Amino acid sequence: MCLAVPVRIKSIEGTEAEVEAGGITRKASLILTPQAKVGDYVLLHAGYAINIVNQAEAEQTLALFSQMSQLMEPE
Amino acid sequence: MKLVSEFRQSELAQGLVRSIRRHATKEARFMEFCGGHTVVIMKCGLRQLLPPTLTLTAGPGCPVCVTDNADLDKAIALAKLPNVIVASFGDMLRVPGSCSSLQEAKAAGGDVRIVYSTLDALTLARENPEKSVVFIGIGFETTGPTVAASVLQAAQEGLTNYYVLSLHKLCPPIIKALLDSGEVNLQGLICPGHVSAVIGANAWEFIARDYGIPCVVSGFEPLDILQCVDMLAQQVARGEAKVEIAYRRGVTPEGNQTAIKIMEQVFEPAPARWRGIGEVAGSGLKLRPEFERFDAELNFEFDPGPTIEHKGCLCGDILRGVKTPPQCSLFRRVCTPINPVGPCMVSSEGSCAAYYHYGEENDG
Ligand code: SF4
Repeated sequence: MCLAVPVRIKSIEGTEAEVEAGGITRKASLILTPQAKVGDYVLLHAGYAINIVNQAEAEQTLALFSQMSQLMEPE
Repeated sequence: MKLVSEFRQSELAQGLVRSIRRHATKEARFMEFCGGHTVVIMKCGLRQLLPPTLTLTAGPGCPVCVTDNADLDKAIALAKLPNVIVASFGDMLRVPGSCSSLQEAKAAGGDVRIVYSTLDALTLARENPEKSVVFIGIGFETTGPTVAASVLQAAQEGLTNYYVLSLHKLCPPIIKALLDSGEVNLQGLICPGHVSAVIGANAWEFIARDYGIPCVVSGFEPLDILQCVDMLAQQVARGEAKVEIAYRRGVTPEGNQTAIKIMEQVFEPAPARWRGIGEVAGSGLKLRPEFERFDAELNFEFDPGPTIEHKGCLCGDILRGVKTPPQCSLFRRVCTPINPVGPCMVSSEGSCAAYYHYGEENDG
């Protein structure tokens, strides 16, 4: 129910955006995220962007994970 | 897909699992509030990766599952009215109410349409001006703003045939009710990611502060959940209880203020009935008086009939985190996804369906 997927905004017209994920393009309402810009990733839930994805945070988290996976544990 | 596959890389899971093993020295039970988390945990076998000190318990975070029979019966009764189109998210159709379901109402001639969004429901209303369109509003704070936005849109367009049956529910009040009942003993809460994307991680402060329970907001990829469990285990090890975010790309402390404002403009908190829990003050949303003309409960006459519970079904106990699906005597024997007895077997994120599809060997 609370499923939301990251999609990229391709274009914006008024409060409606064309968004793309995995090669599929669809429409999304930006009423809940009026500050979203073309190129942003947003979390799409039930036809509405409910938040803008912070890509810098995504990269930092992934960097942290790869650091952790490289640390060899002294057993 | 970017931002999805990256958080599924199994080689990155190992570092997280090692870190969890190092931190989880004390016995602890964490509740994953959200049914979406339960599904990922089961599907990816995350439980088997955890040290024996840690137990994960599913919570009440499945909107379809917590909708009680009396409310389901209202939706079904509305679907039987002439000149009414009931628009609903697909998950709701097969959920059995007291003696029928939306699907059965549809088979008997009711006009029930599956929609993916309230935007589709508004389109139905525009295209069928001679009919009334009732959107079955279920969902938590993730969905509430999208339904509120549809009401504002209908008001702006002057659509007079669009209605909402508001069965929306709020997450912080129900967690509070569960903790106050004293039935579940938790050392950590895996907070719902997309609810928190809207309401903000700060909404969980009171649980850390008043109940001394560590709270970490998690995303929905396996690595997100492992990171969340690690952060919880670290708090337990240090004897701390605070709110942290393991899903920083999607969630901020403050949440989405625009979405919150739109939801609060249209809805106000109201008592709501939760399956297995009962009525909890302030745990639901009802349309504010100025939007009453969109309220299906106030604008239609319908008879939901007497409420009958599903005999032998333990959904209520499962939603409260006190039982697991394999403890239900109907599980797999009588109750299956094809022949579901209770909603936890119907919903794609119901615990019973998750156990059915992904195995019961890791029953906690
Ligand atoms: S297995 Fe079926 S009957 Fe048992 S609790 Fe789950 S949904 Fe209810």
